[in-house]
Amino acid sequence: MELVFALAIGVLAGSGIYLVLRPRTFQVIMGLTLLAYAVNLFIFAMGRLRIGAPPVIDPARGSDPALYTDPVPQALVLTAIVIGFATTALFLVVLLASRGLNGTDHVDGREPEEG
Amino acid sequence: MSAAVMQHLPILPIVLPLCAAALLLLSGESHRGPRAALALIATLAQLAAALVLLGVADGRIAAPWSGGIGVYALGGWAAPFGIVLVVDRLAAIMLTLTAALGLAALVYSLARWERAGSHYLPLFQLLLMGLNGAFLTGDLFSLFVFFEVLLAASYGLALHGSGAARVTAGMHYIAVNLVASLFFLIAAALIYGVAGTLNMAELAQRAAALDAADRSLLELGAVLLGIVFLVKAGAWPLNFWLPATYGAAAPPVASVFAILTKVGVYALLRFAVLLDDAGAPAPFRGDWLFYGGLATVLTGSLGVLAAQKLDRLASTLAIVSSGTLLAAFGFTGTTLTGPALYYLVSSVLAIGAFFLVIEMAERHRTVAADVLAVSSEAFGLQDRPDSEHLDEMAGVPIPAAMAFLGLAFFACALLLSGLPPLSSFVGKFALLSAAIAAAPQAPRLHAGLFVAALLLSGLIGLIALSRLGIRVFWETDRIAPRLLWVEAGPVAGLVLLCTALAFGAGPAMSYCNAAARSLHDASAYIGSVLPTATVRGAR
Repeated sequence: MELVFALAIGVLAGSGIYLVLRPRTFQVIMGLTLLAYAVNLFIFAMGRLRIGAPPVIDPARGSDPALYTDPVPQALVLTAIVIGFATTALFLVVLLASRGLNGTDHVDGREPEEG
Repeated sequence: MSAAVMQHLPILPIVLPLCAAALLLLSGESHRGPRAALALIATLAQLAAALVLLGVADGRIAAPWSGGIGVYALGGWAAPFGIVLVVDRLAAIMLTLTAALGLAALVYSLARWERAGSHYLPLFQLLLMGLNGAFLTGDLFSLFVFFEVLLAASYGLALHGSGAARVTAGMHYIAVNLVASLFFLIAAALIYGVAGTLNMAELAQRAAALDAADRSLLELGAVLLGIVFLVKAGAWPLNFWLPATYGAAAPPVASVFAILTKVGVYALLRFAVLLDDAGAPAPFRGDWLFYGGLATVLTGSLGVLAAQKLDRLASTLAIVSSGTLLAAFGFTGTTLTGPALYYLVSSVLAIGAFFLVIEMAERHRTVAADVLAVSSEAFGLQDRPDSEHLDEMAGVPIPAAMAFLGLAFFACALLLSGLPPLSSFVGKFALLSAAIAAAPQAPRLHAGLFVAALLLSGLIGLIALSRLGIRVFWETDRIAPRLLWVEAGPVAGLVLLCTALAFGAGPAMSYCNAAARSLHDASAYIGSVLPTATVRGAR
């Protein structure tokens, strides 16, 4: 499970970095989104990967911490998702404004010169 | 002041702007007067709270907590489990600086710039909230959240007034900071995964007790965190976004952005001290930070020389001041921290004032007019001729506008190049003398390089400022700009504040030195946040 999880994070982060470095704004925003996915999975993994362990204490299960998974990374990832979502939405608006004002989707606001 | 207010004083700098922003969002854009009054009152109240905290942290005003460091447990949950706000002298200095600069920029923007786009006032309050929170928090993840609050507000403010230049620069700014935020998250998660805590004091404690394998992961997290802070601080080579963004932003916004780079410097300093004293690695201290700072000063100075426009010049000067601070914090020993804090306050006020001065000076030049025309067009204001636009504002124009502008520019030039008699001279002089006095312990090469960088950057600043100053002020066919009291007042206030800092250099410097001493005493910080620390440490 760890290997598959690590590979997933690696593939997402790698594709994200490649796309962030591309010259078109749409590629950049897709790259940022993929990177955000990778980071969110990474935060989640920092609570250690466990199957079938709830993060919130259940009276029926008892209070032994070994029965539960770490709730803090799950709270963190929730915050990170919300913030990432909002900032990506904002970036999308700026991207459209830039396309409208500059007439090109190049990140520099103008097409590179030929040659 | 009643005991209840005193007890909850540390949270006021966060709650006040939050409530003000919410009220401003709810009220329609049409009620200009009440909205401006609300924003002003909220900012004034923050300034008052920050000033009281400044006194409390120094023990001059009776504190509701014992010792110099105040800890406010949010929701009453004690430190390792709940999130705490920590007030020490350094945090109080930064809060006061934020409120003072924010007030000046806010008053200035009420005359004209507030109307260049929508939601200026709520975004401005949210920016102040994020700044105050970042200075106060004692928790790594809430530091991230406050960074995001201030960044989100700064994205909106950087785009304020719209126009192609702002949108393009803003897009780069947002992309760079989104990537930096992702790095911050990786760093925070890594540190939590290794140390099992997000509380900064407990982290400092646990970092010392890690075994080798965990230690290298923690170092990795610390490096990522350091990179994030260096991006915010505008350190070379992570600062290419800065001149374009600051130069394109609306002047009052750029003015308050002067403190944004110093948030990175502050966070870097705080973490370096906490991780260093626990015997843990802090890769962005010592030689790395020192030479990085020098490189920032050098590249910033080249940018200063190359600047063709005043707004570009002001943003590169912000880079130079950041670089000076980073080099000072990277210098061997801790004697430079106090003078560096004094220099920080003075340079932030000076750069803030300079952004306002250049907007007034360039108001009738074509370049500035272009930008404004674009923003007016975008918001349907083009029908108003400029004079009518001005008349409509509440305020009286000041006499002798040109003389005032010249004087203000001259004062800013003195401040930015560190010439006597204003406060930047005192700051630079104190830095130089501390660097030379530290020479026996520190490598001679470091002291020499630091002195050379400081003097050279001052000289270069002076050359560039006089060159561009001549071009702007010695024009024969220029029209004297019409300035309002609400525009001249904040600039005069900021310059007077720098003058007061210079005249009160004794008390101000001793306060900064006390702040540096208490900052470098990490065990006092840890002891205040975690009162049971000694028991845990003994285990």
